[in-house]
Amino acid sequence: MQALQERIRTTHLPLRIRAGGTKDFYGQSLAGDILDVSAHRGIVSYEPGELVITAKCGTPLAEIETLLDEHGQMLGFEPPRFGAASSLGGTLACGFSGPRRPYSGSARDFVLGMEILDGTGQHLKFGGRVIKNVAGYDASRLMTGALGTLGVLVQASLKVLPKPQSELTLQFEMDEATALKHMNEWAGRPLPLSASAWQSGVLFLRLSGANNAVREAHAKLGGEPHLHGTEFWRLLRDHEAAFFSGDLPLWRLSLPACTPPLDLDGKQLITWGGAERWLKTNAAATEIRPRLAASGGHATLFAVGEKSVGVFHPLPAALMKYHARLKKLFDPRGILNRGRLYPDF
Amino acid sequence: MISPDIIRRLQAILPPHCLLIAQEDVKPFETDGLTAFHSTPDVVALPETEDQVKAIIALCRETQTPIVFRGAGTGVSGGALPVDGAVLLAMTKFNRILSIDPLARIARVQPGVRNLAISEAAAPFSLYYAPDPSSQIACTIGGNVAENSGGVHCLKYGLTVHNILSVRVLTIDGEELVIGSEALDAPGYDLLALLTGSEGMLAVTLEISVKLLPKPERTQVVLAAFDEVEKGGAAVGAIISGGVLPAGLEMMDKLAIEAAEAYSHAGYPLDAEAILLVEVDGTQEEVSEDVMRVREILLASGATDIRTAKDEAEQKKFWAGRKAAFPAVGRLAPDYYCMDGTIPRKALPAVLKRMAELSTEYALPVANVFHAGDGNLHPLILYDANQPGEWEKAERFGADILEMCVAHGGSITGEHGVGIEKISQMCVQFGNAELQAFHGIKACFDPDGLLNPGKAVPTLHRCAEYGAMHVRSGNLPFPELPRF
Repeated sequence: MQALQERIRTTHLPLRIRAGGTKDFYGQSLAGDILDVSAHRGIVSYEPGELVITAKCGTPLAEIETLLDEHGQMLGFEPPRFGAASSLGGTLACGFSGPRRPYSGSARDFVLGMEILDGTGQHLKFGGRVIKNVAGYDASRLMTGALGTLGVLVQASLKVLPKPQSELTLQFEMDEATALKHMNEWAGRPLPLSASAWQSGVLFLRLSGANNAVREAHAKLGGEPHLHGTEFWRLLRDHEAAFFSGDLPLWRLSLPACTPPLDLDGKQLITWGGAERWLKTNAAATEIRPRLAASGGHATLFAVGEKSVGVFHPLPAALMKYHARLKKLFDPRGILNRGRLYPDF
Repeated sequence: MISPDIIRRLQAILPPHCLLIAQEDVKPFETDGLTAFHSTPDVVALPETEDQVKAIIALCRETQTPIVFRGAGTGVSGGALPVDGAVLLAMTKFNRILSIDPLARIARVQPGVRNLAISEAAAPFSLYYAPDPSSQIACTIGGNVAENSGGVHCLKYGLTVHNILSVRVLTIDGEELVIGSEALDAPGYDLLALLTGSEGMLAVTLEISVKLLPKPERTQVVLAAFDEVEKGGAAVGAIISGGVLPAGLEMMDKLAIEAAEAYSHAGYPLDAEAILLVEVDGTQEEVSEDVMRVREILLASGATDIRTAKDEAEQKKFWAGRKAAFPAVGRLAPDYYCMDGTIPRKALPAVLKRMAELSTEYALPVANVFHAGDGNLHPLILYDANQPGEWEKAERFGADILEMCVAHGGSITGEHGVGIEKISQMCVQFGNAELQAFHGIKACFDPDGLLNPGKAVPTLHRCAEYGAMHVRSGNLPFPELPRF
């Protein structure tokens, strides 16, 4: 840690923060010398009865999830792994959440505390290790999804959840519009939903909970059980499903869940009950972004493709002003992951 | 004192019924829910339109006049305490529910809408708004956003920050910002999290979109009694590590049980040292399974009495005692002072033991109600404000409790906010570097420091003074404990 601090303090060049390197594909641009944080790893504390785990940010997700699994617990936001080396810090910096997100919460929802090194190498500790804590501004959650532009994440405390007793994935043949309607209607009923997706005429629904609850919900909803449900969601979560292969640019569309089917060129996969849609397309950003903005959503060029169109949805000028001020506050010299989120950021 | 010129200009912005100036009119606004602190405001503005709010903000910016925002005034940390020379701006007239979309499960509301009113309006669709602070009948959603309010169901359903989708705010620069969206995320930094719980220091909220959840099919409450507080604390950990995530998990100690029973006849066992209330919710089948598991765990944890509510009436009765615990304890003494520390649950026995010792040292009784599931303590210190020196004693006792929470790896406030009340304890929880970062965040939004000045984040100077006073003869309190 001291070495990291020293490196930040003394550098005159931008630094590119990296642990496992599995998310090098993500973000606007990769500038600067690599600041390798992968050695800063290890679980600091974990007590199942507290529902809280604290780990250094270079810790691989796999290590954390294996330990939680041994105690019948899990990360409630079901983070994707884009390789075996995916780290906690990278996941939180990107703010990535998986299939369970609309039903249990996002990465930032589970963050309780964060320790960072700011752009001057100063070690700052925000939040804590308790589930309820409203002392001070919520800088821990501000860091989540900030792509390392406000500080090097060094340690995080997360709330964890008990694993459900049983899970069952159901399949229903239906068209896109009907699937969107059902996903939203069912989310408004007391059903043990934990994931939903639609692709090529099939709606996939995962139920999680007590054995009887899952059985009863299946009886209510109908649908065909999927024989390899666990694997299905893992492939979807980690972008290993067939949909994600190929050379076309991959867009992530985030929008209100009820938005009717989007008429855009290319093929689509719907996740998060309709609130997240993946698009493989050659369509131009200038076609995609206005459609999303009109629905109250935003579009990210997630992987592959020409990044000069802007990876992230542009912000209104007034909001950008506050982003720039926060960046200047935490990284006055503009050296941390410069250009990764927005140009010159 | 505010200048007559500013009053005149406010009179030009607001119709007479929206501006209170006379002593007898402004007096009721001298305090919020923390009545130990009070200060008569110079002027109270009760705007009815967003244009009026914008004009007031512009006036205050131009004349460098501070503003204190206020909702229903139910906050219990002095966040809405008037500041000398400031305009007290109450948002309570913005009380309209703008829309409820049952399919999207979203309610768009103005900041002055009462928390409970949202759930009432959503009830015909079998939906509700989850955070339920005990003041929910009166407190406003705008205040909830400012304080990041919680309630008894936080362990499973989260705080305000987990249950809102977007806010439209006005900055001191007069800019309207939409932060967050009705999608599940928004581009850029998570300013929604930053603004939630910012105690009216960064911006004023004009509109809020909240998430609505389906009402659980069924809820069930189990009451368990213990002959030792420690056993009750251990049972809480056992339930959670046993794989059950209760909707509510509350604990009360002997003094609180006695007071609650005398007040609301909930049928609590009076011979118990502690009781637990465990609420589970979900589908019919889920609840049945969870209740069985909870009962087994409670039995294995040494509960002396375990009761499952027979019907809804008995569930209500079990809860009635807990919900009335504050007024019930209020009958034991002329005044009580409610604290709001959080601790890792495993620290509970040590914290309760030390609290009992402190109670003896200060000669002030303390009753404990505890959101045990999420480690949120609400010790109620009993005192008599009419006895000279008693309030000061209660305040010092409270400060000791909060600092003990920090020493155990917890926090000085779980859901009430810092306000003016816990501003000195912020110096204990955070170092100078973090406090400076907080001041920096404040300056990003409010460079002139006009919004709710003097609240939530102490000056480093104040901390230096507090530290000098507090580190008695070079010894930190609780030196035996590891510091986090």
